Amino acid sequence: MNDGVNGVALAVFVFFFVLVTVMGFLAARWRRAAEADNLEEWGLGGRSFGTWITWFLLGGDLYTAYTFVAVPAAIYAGGAAGFFAVPYTILVYPLIFTFLPRLWSVSHRHGYVTTSDFVKGRFGSRGLSLAVALTGILATMPYIALQLVGIQAVLDVMGVGGGESTHWFVKDLPLLIAFGVLAAYTYSSGLRAPALIAFVKDALIYIVIIVAIIYIPIELGGFDDIFSSAEEKFAEKGGSVVPAADAQWAYATLALGSALALFMYPHAITATLSSRSREVIRRNTTILPLYSLMLGLLALLGFMGIAAGIEVENGQLVVPQLFEDMFPAWFAGVAFAAIGIGALVPAAIMSIAAANLFTRNIYRDFFRPDATPAREAQVSKITSLLVKVGALVFVLTMDKTTAINFQLLGGIWIVQTMPALVGGLFTRWFHRWALLAGWAVGMLYGTLAAYGVESPTQKHFGGSNDTIPLIGEIGYIGLTAFVLNLLVTVVLTLVMRALGTPDGVDETTAGDYTADVGDAGVREELPPATKAP
Amino acid sequence: MITPTRVVIGLCLVVPFVAMLWVGSYDRVDPTFIGIPFFYWYQMLWVPLSTLLTCVAYVLVRREKAARRAAAEGGAAR
Repeated sequence: MNDGVNGVALAVFVFFFVLVTVMGFLAARWRRAAEADNLEEWGLGGRSFGTWITWFLLGGDLYTAYTFVAVPAAIYAGGAAGFFAVPYTILVYPLIFTFLPRLWSVSHRHGYVTTSDFVKGRFGSRGLSLAVALTGILATMPYIALQLVGIQAVLDVMGVGGGESTHWFVKDLPLLIAFGVLAAYTYSSGLRAPALIAFVKDALIYIVIIVAIIYIPIELGGFDDIFSSAEEKFAEKGGSVVPAADAQWAYATLALGSALALFMYPHAITATLSSRSREVIRRNTTILPLYSLMLGLLALLGFMGIAAGIEVENGQLVVPQLFEDMFPAWFAGVAFAAIGIGALVPAAIMSIAAANLFTRNIYRDFFRPDATPAREAQVSKITSLLVKVGALVFVLTMDKTTAINFQLLGGIWIVQTMPALVGGLFTRWFHRWALLAGWAVGMLYGTLAAYGVESPTQKHFGGSNDTIPLIGEIGYIGLTAFVLNLLVTVVLTLVMRALGTPDGVDETTAGDYTADVGDAGVREELPPATKAP
Repeated sequence: MITPTRVVIGLCLVVPFVAMLWVGSYDRVDPTFIGIPFFYWYQMLWVPLSTLLTCVAYVLVRREKAARRAAAEGGAAR
């Protein structure tokens, strides 16, 4: 992997990186309002973004290091098992179609900006609201970590840092630099930085994807050759082109669990809530799946890596290495820039969403209800840094050779907020304390089960699959924990109802969940995440 | 209230789950398509299929809403 520095590719990469960095800092001045020192300005870009930019951002979130690095790496290493990302992204849209319009309606009636706001309003429970906020922040960290791993993989292939023999500091230095740049421009420009850069990023990504999925298979002699060399490799080293009978549960539960998790992430909710009407959400679910098709084709790059004879210890390097081998140096540089920036932008968006969650639902609700707008913006900025430091901890302590695990670990946690959120959208039958207990059980079980998974390279958090109790098959821990969570919630709700424990105050009404733009009391624009002057 | 339209909407949204989670129905190599094993192209085929189903659901939801509005207005006019 590390056979010298690829000068041309590196120069092109650095050019784009400098370009977006400059754009990132200039973004602070783009469409700037007179007053910039409050959370609305920093965290929501002053909300002057129309539907277009918002959905551009959301669509862009789907093309992250997950798509480009982690999924092909999983395919490269194990074959079929990694392809669950395709059914996962197919199933996301019917779920969004069903759940999120209701969340949009109730949020636009009551001015909710986060899931935590909704849970607090619906169940009248500060404890439950805090649990949802904490989970959102925690789960975002490994997802950001995945992005950092993606950037590191690109740098490694270019011959900058990485490698096995180099000193740990030299090895991680480029990662730390990339981290520093991300932190600095997010800190100074807020959501404006990723929004502006997203245009460059998406243009680069589309060019690279189209070239890669047409040019590389032709160069390798077509899919027949690609899959037969994959079969040869798997016969030798393990893995399979089609999942074995005993791997089907894992495949299905990973797809379903990941789909349930995706739209609960703070950054996904922020983007959805900022759409213009509930119609827009539904309409977009009919367009966005086209992204899944691209994901599927990119996943096949893992097989192409095998066919191209790439031998890497660290599977994450397979796509960057494939690009370096197959493309002329200058285009490899463009491709590396696409992956690098494609990881940077979502990382910035995710950390901002997590920071807003902290400021609004933890800092303001529990510590300083009377903080000034400038103070709140300051807290958010610092939190966004801390969230990224948290992500860095995940990168430096966990095994990076199966980066898809980072995202799956985040999924185990975030999906535990689903009974409160989705349950709350449809029924008020669940008791607030039962939901809290169910959440606690799910979090505890999920974390412990993941902690106990051993892999050849590390003792703990080595994977996200474990035996499902009672069924006895291997499955995704997140889904098992979710079912457990739901069971506890239902049983305890029955107990609470029998005991006559009072419910919290529900400030929503049935009509709130179906209201649309133009109905009485529906705000077209949500209020700022925190009070503006 | 369960109406035939709503049943169809529900089906459109549920079918992709059945198709995708029933892994045993597609864990095969043959028939291949331009060299891609069935397992892979079948799942990718489901991207446009599920998109189509979501589109149908979208149109039906809109139509039902419009009908409900019209009925409500008609009721108010009388």
